[in-house]
Amino acid sequence: MTKRFDVIGKPRRRVDGRAKVTGLTRFADDVMLPRMLHCKLLRSAHPHATIESIDVSRAQARPGVHLVLTGKDFPVTFGILPVTQDEYPLAPERVRYVGEPVAAIIARDEQTAFEALDLIDVQYRPLKTISDPKEALATPEPRIHSYGEQGNIHRLQALEFGDVNEALARADHVFEDLFFYEGNTHLPIEQHASVAAVDGEGKLTLWSSTQVPHYIHRALANALQIPPAHVRVIACPNGGGFGGKCDLHNHEIVVSKAAILLGRPVKICLTREEVFYMHRGRHPVLMRMRTGVTKDGKITGMHTQTLLDGGAYGGYGAASTFYTGVLQTVTYEIPRYKFDACRTFTNKPPCGPKRGHGTPQPRFGQEVQLDRIAEKLEIDPAELRLSIVAKPNTLTANWLKIGTIGLAECIRKVVASSDWKNKFRKLPEGRGVGLACGAYLCGAGLPIYWNKMPQSGVQLLIDRSGQVTVFCGATEIGQGSDDVLAAIVAEVLGIDAYDVRCVTGDTGLTPVDLGSYSSRVTVMMGNAAIQAAERLRELIARAAAEHMETLPENVGFAQGRVFRADDPGKPMSFREAIVLAEEKFGTLGSVGSYSPPRAPGRYKGAGVGPSPAYSYTACVVEAEVDRNTGWITVPKVWIAHDIGRAVNPVSARGQVEGSVYMGLGEALMEEQVFRRLPPKLSNALVHKIPSLLEYKSLTSLDMPEVFTELVEDPDPNCPFGAKEVGQGPLLPVMPAVANAVYDAIGVRIDELPITPDKVLAALEKKAKGETPRVGPESFPDVPYPEPMLVPPPWEGGDGNSVNTPRRRPVKKEALA
Amino acid sequence: MMRLPWFGFRSPRSIVDAAKILAAEGPQAMLIAGGTDLLPNMKRRHQTPATLVSLRQIEALKKVANGSGVTLGAALTLNEIVANAAVRERYAGLWQAAAQVATVHLRNMGTLGGNLCLDTRCNYYNQNYEWRKAIDFCLKKDGEICWVATASKRCVAASSTDTAPALIALGASVRLVSVQGERDVALADLYKNDGIDYLTRRADEILTEVKLPAAEGWRSSYWKLRRRGAFDFPVLGVAAAVRTARDGTVEDARIALGAVSSRPFLTKGGELLIGNKLGDDAIAEAGAKVASAAKPMDNTDLDLYWRKAVVAEFVGYALREIRGDEMRETRVRIARHAL
Repeated sequence: MTKRFDVIGKPRRRVDGRAKVTGLTRFADDVMLPRMLHCKLLRSAHPHATIESIDVSRAQARPGVHLVLTGKDFPVTFGILPVTQDEYPLAPERVRYVGEPVAAIIARDEQTAFEALDLIDVQYRPLKTISDPKEALATPEPRIHSYGEQGNIHRLQALEFGDVNEALARADHVFEDLFFYEGNTHLPIEQHASVAAVDGEGKLTLWSSTQVPHYIHRALANALQIPPAHVRVIACPNGGGFGGKCDLHNHEIVVSKAAILLGRPVKICLTREEVFYMHRGRHPVLMRMRTGVTKDGKITGMHTQTLLDGGAYGGYGAASTFYTGVLQTVTYEIPRYKFDACRTFTNKPPCGPKRGHGTPQPRFGQEVQLDRIAEKLEIDPAELRLSIVAKPNTLTANWLKIGTIGLAECIRKVVASSDWKNKFRKLPEGRGVGLACGAYLCGAGLPIYWNKMPQSGVQLLIDRSGQVTVFCGATEIGQGSDDVLAAIVAEVLGIDAYDVRCVTGDTGLTPVDLGSYSSRVTVMMGNAAIQAAERLRELIARAAAEHMETLPENVGFAQGRVFRADDPGKPMSFREAIVLAEEKFGTLGSVGSYSPPRAPGRYKGAGVGPSPAYSYTACVVEAEVDRNTGWITVPKVWIAHDIGRAVNPVSARGQVEGSVYMGLGEALMEEQVFRRLPPKLSNALVHKIPSLLEYKSLTSLDMPEVFTELVEDPDPNCPFGAKEVGQGPLLPVMPAVANAVYDAIGVRIDELPITPDKVLAALEKKAKGETPRVGPESFPDVPYPEPMLVPPPWEGGDGNSVNTPRRRPVKKEALA
Repeated sequence: MMRLPWFGFRSPRSIVDAAKILAAEGPQAMLIAGGTDLLPNMKRRHQTPATLVSLRQIEALKKVANGSGVTLGAALTLNEIVANAAVRERYAGLWQAAAQVATVHLRNMGTLGGNLCLDTRCNYYNQNYEWRKAIDFCLKKDGEICWVATASKRCVAASSTDTAPALIALGASVRLVSVQGERDVALADLYKNDGIDYLTRRADEILTEVKLPAAEGWRSSYWKLRRRGAFDFPVLGVAAAVRTARDGTVEDARIALGAVSSRPFLTKGGELLIGNKLGDDAIAEAGAKVASAAKPMDNTDLDLYWRKAVVAEFVGYALREIRGDEMRETRVRIARHAL
């Protein structure tokens, strides 16, 4: 039976669209309060140093300066994950990257605060710097942090699901490849801004550009050592997040403290450079992938090793480390899987979650390697993938539960629309097509702090005026979550989405939702919203049924009317029905909440990877490569995304196209890279290009034509079957570009970004008869621990590990 | 956001008044036309002039005079240059250069004179104050060392103007006016190969107009290398102008380079073409000659060896376009839009 919908699935202008295009949306920097002061942060000019002394007297004496704060004003450490409380709002004794906040000036205006920064005298004693993971492995001292695994290794993970060496030994072919994925940053157009204010009772309110007001609420109360009940965090609509507004940031704590101390509102708006320093973006990852296949292309086992450049702090890094491996298993049938990961500390801005969180890097490696496998086995890459697509309603080797999977349909769609069969290996030299796939979570199964409470709550207010207001902690970051919320409530109550008012992302008013990350909002908030709206509809139906002398089950809701389903000719208005319900039940309201299903894996580490559903995407990219210059042009992209069901197809397509945009940027040009000056002359280790001009991302002129298709196979765990679309479509774009470049001109660029100089270098190698490839040449000896052994579901076991691995002792030669 | 430092502002209505103000204020005053280069630089504290003398109210700087050639007022915006029919028809190289500066919004503000006097650029210099502090500054501003070439006594910041190489290839000259009088200089002579002291213009002089010689018999072309289809400054600019006889023999030719030195300059590649026809061999020979003069440094976007490696190819694009080859597809691939 196909249910017909009035709102869901209809292409609509989003409910926040008019405010966005007319400039009425109030972002954090638009918040202006009476008597507001302005804050600027003094940031470290040293990549690694101890602070010998800070003298703020000259700055304090400057007219217009109200307050100067330093590390001693903030004794408590913070960090977004409970396990990594390693940051100070202002560094008290040690700085670990250029750009780390050291002091804050609060002044009458931004200019005065900026000019006073130069009046703070800080004496530093420089320390040896570490610029990349290889150096971190080779340099156990000085340690950037005193915690972690050993030396400058933050995290080590090793998990093995079935005997992978045995699986590779019986494979017909074993492929071993090295890949490198350069770091890149979120680049939201809105720079982070925050305003803090206290009310007459001394209670704090923080307006901020954040994706996660609930986590900020918790962490801020802890950082300031004040009761959470006295803190209210309002997430303003974000001008883009992409994961860069998921941490508690230094400036949020600093302005809050300043507002409390001064009793006046305090604002900060970061410069673009500061956003680059704060970063928390894509980790640079070096990867080694070993995959065994049979001669007909079935995977026998896979071993993924990753080495992450974490930057100077933990942040979400512990989770990112897991994500560089755990989702490798949800696209294709992989009977055995082994995964080793290592995250190192370096003297650079911390890395963290960016769209796809940790998974685009290994996905790039896996999909490029599959292209090689297909070539070697002389199987069309699309056919190869179709023959190994994971089955619905199965478990993976690492105990992830796959529900619906529309990947095969996605592949078939892009193969058809791109005319793949007539293009692959058939276009003239210099032109080529590449195909790749991807998968992503529809919400992380577990919250970042352990609790058994719902992950999303929704509250509905409705009254005799006919108004419907929905409250939810979810945050509108540009992805369209308010529109999803309004649409779902409207669908259930049979009203127009534009008649629903959304109040979201305000911890003082809205029920807890964990935030806009891990593509969780549509599924979790959506399910909670359905529950709340159905509860309310039930009350209205009972009241209306009494009036219409029928049973509540026979009451229909559609197009702003309430009617007898068996006799819809005499409807009452929705408002009339509410009046009846309010008469019968008193003041109306309802709540709904959602907790994801329990994941089957029970081993330590099984908490990262489970999700109520997985989304799937396939993509074909066409590339033109100039033989003489290596210049790359992408004229067209075909992409199909398994969304379950599109709540609003206009928004959904926008998300897919936005992913293609970001994916092409990562594939072709974006790099968060650093420059170390000659050590004899300088200790500097600086971000190479912290500016919107010189950090290259695509302009509209560089954007190809994108042909988007949505595959709708409703998932029973999801609201109206709707899966995520915010992150998954990014994943196949980068490897599809790499595979297209290979098809065009026969060179493998195994590292991102793929730039014309790398292509030209590979072409020169080809001309000399060398391997036509540019990419990493070696993988360092990483002291990965003995793996935790977890038999895959089909090899017995209950999802638990069967051993208690001991840590591999530090080997001197490994670090040499 | 980054804030501007305080400054005084003057807005004279004539060139004479502007010259008087400049003379009176001394080197602490700076001219501002569109401000698209200067104001961001001031926010980063590259320049902190006591007084800005605006040229926007001076109508005399916005004139176009057609004679045997064309004279263009220095305060014409780049989009006014792009919209000028004479430029488009007779001086294609200039038109292509102006049309590729920055973005349409910046071309609505930025002027021809401003583009010619554009500050030299370098990855160690075009950074905010805090960043430069973290490298202890550099030779060009507030520091001692050129971080691009640590042994260099000279700043190697790159000339990043698009219109200058195009105009040099076209044989343009500029007029400089001060209270002491006025002088015309060949545009190539406006520049010095020094990233700090990159102009021969004195601080009290105003660049008032650009004179283009008659275009009869000439065809010209400009090819810009940059990462993206908009915003970016050139990391290589190749400008060529060729005058051919009826039979296709080259009578005169100039090939200028931009963005591979601290100044835009005329190469010897053009001379090689004279007396020959624009055959593939002659084009390749000229390309190699021009490429040998390019000295890109590691101070802009894209790999420096690669930038050097593609110079000859870009010279080929320009000369083949002048020859009349169908270059539109290549143009769209490089420029990301039709020109």
